[in-house]
Amino acid sequence: MDAVSIHGRLQGRFGESVSSVDNDAMSPFAVVEAGAIRDICRWLRDDEDLRFDCLSNESGVDYKDEGYIEVVYHLFSYAQRHALVLKVRTPRDAAVVPSVEMVWRAANWMEREIYDLLGVHFTDHSDLRRLLMPEDWVGHPLRKDFVEPEEYHGINTSRESLLR
Amino acid sequence: MSLVGFEVEVDRSESGLETEEMTLNMGPQHPSTHGVLRFVVKADGEVMRQAIPDVGYLHRSIEKISEKVGYHGFMPYTDRVDYVAAMFCNQGWGMVSERLGGIEVPKRGEYCRVIAAELNRISSHLLSVGTMVLDIGAITPFFHAFREREKINDLLEELCGARLTYNYMRIGGVAWDLPPGYAGKVLAFLEQFEPMLEEYDSLVTSNKIYVGRCAHVAAISAEQAIDYNLVGPNLRASGVRYDVRRDQPYSVYPELEFDVPVGIGMVGTVGDSFDRYWVRLQEIRESIRILRQCFRQIPDGPVIAKVPRKFKPPAGDAYVRVESGRGDMGWYAVSDGSEFPYRCRVRTGSFAAMAIVDNISRGLMLADLVTVIASLDIVAPEVDR
Amino acid sequence: MKELLDGWIAQGVFGSLPVDLVYLIGLLAAGVVVVFGFVLNVAGVTTFVERRVWARIQSRVGPNRVGPQGILQWLADGVKLLMKEETIPYAADARLFKLAPYVVVLGFIAAFVAIPFSSALIAADLNLGLLYITSVTSLVVVGILMAGWASNNKWSLIGGIRAAAQIVSYEIPAALTIFSVVLITGTFSTQSIIQQQGWAPWSWYIFHSPFTFVGFFVLFTALLAEGNRTPFDLPEAESELVAGFVTEYSGARYLFFFLVEWGNLYVISAVLVTLFLGGWQFPVVGGLGDRPVALNALQLLTFVGKSYFGVIVIMWIRATLPRIRVDQLMTTCWKYLVPISFVNFMGTALWVAVWPDGNRVVTAAMTVLGFALVGYFLSRVVFHLRRSGARLTFSPLS
Repeated sequence: MDAVSIHGRLQGRFGESVSSVDNDAMSPFAVVEAGAIRDICRWLRDDEDLRFDCLSNESGVDYKDEGYIEVVYHLFSYAQRHALVLKVRTPRDAAVVPSVEMVWRAANWMEREIYDLLGVHFTDHSDLRRLLMPEDWVGHPLRKDFVEPEEYHGINTSRESLLR
Repeated sequence: MSLVGFEVEVDRSESGLETEEMTLNMGPQHPSTHGVLRFVVKADGEVMRQAIPDVGYLHRSIEKISEKVGYHGFMPYTDRVDYVAAMFCNQGWGMVSERLGGIEVPKRGEYCRVIAAELNRISSHLLSVGTMVLDIGAITPFFHAFREREKINDLLEELCGARLTYNYMRIGGVAWDLPPGYAGKVLAFLEQFEPMLEEYDSLVTSNKIYVGRCAHVAAISAEQAIDYNLVGPNLRASGVRYDVRRDQPYSVYPELEFDVPVGIGMVGTVGDSFDRYWVRLQEIRESIRILRQCFRQIPDGPVIAKVPRKFKPPAGDAYVRVESGRGDMGWYAVSDGSEFPYRCRVRTGSFAAMAIVDNISRGLMLADLVTVIASLDIVAPEVDR
Repeated sequence: MKELLDGWIAQGVFGSLPVDLVYLIGLLAAGVVVVFGFVLNVAGVTTFVERRVWARIQSRVGPNRVGPQGILQWLADGVKLLMKEETIPYAADARLFKLAPYVVVLGFIAAFVAIPFSSALIAADLNLGLLYITSVTSLVVVGILMAGWASNNKWSLIGGIRAAAQIVSYEIPAALTIFSVVLITGTFSTQSIIQQQGWAPWSWYIFHSPFTFVGFFVLFTALLAEGNRTPFDLPEAESELVAGFVTEYSGARYLFFFLVEWGNLYVISAVLVTLFLGGWQFPVVGGLGDRPVALNALQLLTFVGKSYFGVIVIMWIRATLPRIRVDQLMTTCWKYLVPISFVNFMGTALWVAVWPDGNRVVTAAMTVLGFALVGYFLSRVVFHLRRSGARLTFSPLS
């Protein structure tokens, strides 16, 4: 099934949760409401014709000027060999998204990484703690307005400029 | 290095005996973890109850660096995402930038890319197989594998000047054409290398002790593999016949003929450690086939398309998948119209493999943890980026 | 040696020293000569030989810089280790930590007392020779456990416990097989066992009966496990436990563990050669019967040559095979080797009861079988060499 028909079925089933559909972009995507993402994903996984059994990628993108963080889900189906892109937008200062870990186990670590680097809180996640940064790190490094702290445990983080 | 999140539970059974699980630290410095990985292992004697991975020791914030150095400047950084199979990372970044900018790579450039990539796949699989055998205890096959890998490194050094982090590809093609006489050298190497695989088979694959260590260990079913997003040889060993080169073809792979080996539970269950090892060994043979076809079919022409120095792709995002040595590597790039990428994200095969280790190592012995890590072919830089 | 000392006392060499003091000095001198002259050197040279043998198997050269062809490499390693700082972990049990290497070395060196190098060269021909060797080499287990526990390091502890379980389990098939040979000879004394064999292969105990033939391989496997050698080298499994029970050791203490590991290869081989391969037996031809010095020298060469060949086979096995897991190790011992050794023991007992002097026909048949196996093995080697088309050089200098 191609992206247009999948988007059509998605809108048919969850019409009120689908904010927008862009079929003409380089890779067509659908923007959905954050609150409905878990139900949408579960339906996408279980539906007979769609059967998206694999979460190929889950990334977070920080749109500072627009004021939201976008979580992008790239889904793939090994059974039907088609792909789908879903996007969820959540405000930067209160980034909360339902976790889809119970739909695909692959989301476990991916959501931990997004939480660690971007500060998005995933509800009902089994083990939401920092993955790549140390446990006592303050701040979310991948945000556009992240300022590196002056020191970490007494180690100076700044370096003299090499350009003399 | 702390034990936050890895607390020990003391088990007080009814008989009044206090038994404690032993919490071991298979620390960041260890001869057999492939790179800088840390596992906190809760073991009851020799049997593991849990092996919790602690990653992040090799986090270099490569994704953030891409936002500072621009599209062209990011190419050498991609080598370091997976330095064992660096050509694929180059190719992934090249492809996603080309998709964003609508650039088409000339045919000869694509063939050069495939030649470099398949040579790198052979050397990556040799490293993976060699270190797996070394971790299990046999020291000789490791040297044989690395001897062949040295020859491939020499070939790639002749091609692009570097032995490990190649930086060979550019946005729009490759940096340099094949040197004169290269085809002869590579084909001579393949002639000499192919019988070595039989030697490897007789030394390792049919070794009863090796089979005893690997068969039935950490068998992953196909559903579990797909659920955890395992990719590449790990997924194929579990029985799922999926290869990005064949099922979502890119570059010149539609013109090339090759098979996709799948694990069949040759000596144990489908998807156990032996199958993962065996699939990699078969993939080396397929790569040899592809290389021979490439040298027969490669056309003349330029190797790189005209890409402006200040490369400014239109705003949008693209997701590209490359079949790397460790599985399908997903490159997601967001462009805002400037010459610096707005966001670059790499989703690697080892990331999911690390996530699944905790789940499949319950109830295995300590010695099996090493087998599991080695058979999943986890390299630390891919996990942490 | 006692006769030698008595002769010198009678000649008045030692003046008016008390006899017991002379004996004590003689003992210590002999011990020093044997230990520093032979035992430590063998252990050291074996490390060098192992590295060269591995290198050849792995298509590389091995250490060849220190001294001609790298012969002095082991001396350089020894000096380096002696010069290193000997660290003791802060929370380790210092007394046990320091004692463990000495216990291990004691267990190892004491075994050389009863090893027969030639008909006259044996430190003490104990009438319980073999039993003494098996008991004394078990001291090594005590030392390893001490090292593992005292290091206050969980990985060392696991290594030490694995070693204890392994060595204690494999004592049983080893001891049973040794006893089945003792059934044939009727004595534990190592010299007597060799004297009852002959120089010719068909007079060796390995071909005595099918039971001893199988017993040879059982003993070989069990002694490999006793010596912590691959495929049974879990206690020091490099890729799992960093270095097993020796993780926290450095400097001279590490050198001791190191030496014992490699020297043990020699003891293993010597026991096998004594029991099954005819020991130092050399044909007394020509006028050798009248020249005891020459005869003893030839016997010494025979013994050392045979045991060193065994050492090289053990190194070869280490270079080739991976290591097995703990539960597989225990299965091999308890479910396979122990029943086989029991069958061997009873079979040998019956054999000796029925044919006290041995059955010439069966012995001849076993000898032919043995030679056929060796011939088959060589033919496979030649086949693989021809098939691989490798360029062969037999000179160690290239």
